[in-house]
Amino acid sequence: MNNLRILVAVKRVIDYAVRVRVKPDGSGVDVAHVKMSMNPFCEIAVEEAIRIRERLGADRVRDLVAVTVGPEANQETLRTALAMGMDRGIHVVVPETAAGVTGGSATPLEPLAVAQALQRVADRESAQLIVLGKQAIDDDCNQTGQLLAARLNWPQGTFASAVALDWESPQGATATVTREVDAGLETVRLRLPCVITCDLRLNTPRYATLPNIMKAKKKPIERLTLQELEVDPTPRYAWKRVSEPSQRRAGVMVSDVNELLTRLRADGCLPEN
Amino acid sequence: MHALVNLIRRATPSNILSRHTLLRSLSISSAQTATWAPERRTDLSRLTDGDLDAIRQCVCDDTASSAAAFITDAHELQAFNTDWMHRYIGTSPLCVRPQRTEQVAALLTYCQQRRLAVTPQGGNTGLVGGSVPVHDEIILSTSRMNRVLHWEPQTGTVTVEAGAVLQAVDAYCGQHGYRFPLDLGAKGSCQIGGNVATHASGSRFLRYGSLRGRVTGMEVVLADGTVLDLGLGRALRKDNTGYDLKQWFIGSEGTLGVVTKVSVACAPAPAAVHTALLGLRRDFNAVLALSRRAQHQLGEILYALEFMDREAVTLLERQQSGASVGNPLAHQPDCGFYVLLETGGGVAEHDRARLESFLGQAMDDGLVLDGVLAQDQSQSEALWRMREGLSEAVSRAGPMTFKYDLSLPPSTYYQVVEQTRQRLQTTGDAMQVVSWGHLGDGNVHLNVVAPTCDRRLQAALEPWVYAWVARHGGSVSAEHGIGQMKAGCVQYSQSAAAIEKMRALKRMLDPYGILNPYKLFDA
Repeated sequence: MNNLRILVAVKRVIDYAVRVRVKPDGSGVDVAHVKMSMNPFCEIAVEEAIRIRERLGADRVRDLVAVTVGPEANQETLRTALAMGMDRGIHVVVPETAAGVTGGSATPLEPLAVAQALQRVADRESAQLIVLGKQAIDDDCNQTGQLLAARLNWPQGTFASAVALDWESPQGATATVTREVDAGLETVRLRLPCVITCDLRLNTPRYATLPNIMKAKKKPIERLTLQELEVDPTPRYAWKRVSEPSQRRAGVMVSDVNELLTRLRADGCLPEN
Repeated sequence: MHALVNLIRRATPSNILSRHTLLRSLSISSAQTATWAPERRTDLSRLTDGDLDAIRQCVCDDTASSAAAFITDAHELQAFNTDWMHRYIGTSPLCVRPQRTEQVAALLTYCQQRRLAVTPQGGNTGLVGGSVPVHDEIILSTSRMNRVLHWEPQTGTVTVEAGAVLQAVDAYCGQHGYRFPLDLGAKGSCQIGGNVATHASGSRFLRYGSLRGRVTGMEVVLADGTVLDLGLGRALRKDNTGYDLKQWFIGSEGTLGVVTKVSVACAPAPAAVHTALLGLRRDFNAVLALSRRAQHQLGEILYALEFMDREAVTLLERQQSGASVGNPLAHQPDCGFYVLLETGGGVAEHDRARLESFLGQAMDDGLVLDGVLAQDQSQSEALWRMREGLSEAVSRAGPMTFKYDLSLPPSTYYQVVEQTRQRLQTTGDAMQVVSWGHLGDGNVHLNVVAPTCDRRLQAALEPWVYAWVARHGGSVSAEHGIGQMKAGCVQYSQSAAAIEKMRALKRMLDPYGILNPYKLFDA
């Protein structure tokens, strides 16, 4: 493998700092006039791809490709990725349907369909490394990277908090990924091609500089459709209802243990005796 | 040392710590505190036990709230007696925190009768020592009068009690899709009453104008206990019936009356905000040209325009070494000045295109060397933290900081900084001179960090800076006010005749001079 092509998938979601409101009819989240941005974990993925090129050297990396699956507005997200330093973009255009329940993209496209689309793009582009955010902050599915790896039959290093590429190891190009797991940190070594999903502590995404923003305007964005990629967008589950989490009741200060016991009994937390 | 001896010599009531002991317990060197404080006025009474009982009746509803409303414990009083910079420390034996206007009125009625001095205090974040007592004035804290009273949806007018914290009020307005027309670094602590009494401005001044145009109503308690309703809650943008008395109290720094409630006209929050940090070369004319262009080309979407010099940013970087982001333009060593520019408009795509076109042009023309554009709200907030963190970074950079808040014509805006540096080089005093400011408002914050706690260094700066500003037709206090720090400096920016009329107004509203004495021109 002489020339690494890195694919980074990015998603457009409601900005992380925005206070999300549920629509009164419970059908979804209010996205009207709400600020949208690139999913924070996708930003981290873009940043990591750029850093991999900086570490390996530009001669070892063929190019960095940003890909997004979504409606027209996702072009903005691609431009952000290009402004950060990606070389070109691929926009898999999904027709505008009724706004999805999570409001993140105006499509109810599920992770399985997105993974299918990304698999087709990866095949077309002969990518050797795909980097994604671990999950999107609108649906919190945490599925796309894993489904994609399975469809491609590639190894996967998910929840990455550190990534190191070794170009000249005896097994060929490998990626050593430190994963954040419940028990602590787990380190795995994967042979390329592979899929990596990024966790919060992997890096801090850079700002888009003005010169790069100007350059990004001229970088090419290829448009593809779901049909030409032969992706089946049929949803496999239906959203029933979206509601706010139940309000946390204010705590009550009790004056002594007896009062505590009385209250616990009244709330039915203690057996009657 | 002389000053310290002077302080200890002052007689203090038996139920508080002496100022010397206060200083010790605060671990603050004496040199950091004001060496010069006016003598305690003999016409002001001292608190007696009888006074304490009577005042307790005024401000406490019942014994349950007494502890919160009536504070005499020396340790608890330290925070109220000390200003934000730990430079001005009073020796008040009493802090009262009423919850209702009637209690404030009862208190002032009593205090005027007894000739007891009162210092109104909001969030105590002022930078001129105006919010703390100089001697034993009773501290009247508005902290417990902090409710939002009313929201008028059609006009976006919010009515609050004086003790409501700015950040909380802004968040409240945010829920209704509006923004409070004021924003400053101290927003987490400062209170609306204090903001109005000091006529605070800050980074939203450029867009929303001065508070004077935004306060639609006010309730204020006068020195004799009279409660004056000045259009509170009426939410009228226009009212030309007689003299606009509200304007007297706005910016009066608690010397004409105590503001207890305010109605403020807010503005719809912009749907699309874009924040950019720009690096310019070391030529202030470039900064001025950028500012002019921004006001013309970005016009109605221009939201904020702040400037920082390289020295200030370097100081911040040194403080934050190890922090993840720091200065996003650190890789550009040629930047001599930084400008934080923010737009706030209706349609994200249009605004972004307009801003990018403006910035692209500025780069092509060589006006801007480099810059970054925030891609999401978190990055936007990080850029603002850089600007808002300067004041605190400077306070921590050295044992002593001299802060000057000046209004100057654009052409001389940075000259004052350069000439201050030159002057300090010739006097041989090694001090760091850094500056930042509200570029669009002609307001520069000149800060000088002294390497040692030597008060002699102040003589190198004052009154030279004030005289310089006066000569160039500027103001010695653009937004921070006068307080204790600049008492006696008003004449640098106001005529004697004007000051005489101000004194006449003060005599009329506060004939016994009990409200916030020793401040403004009462020195």
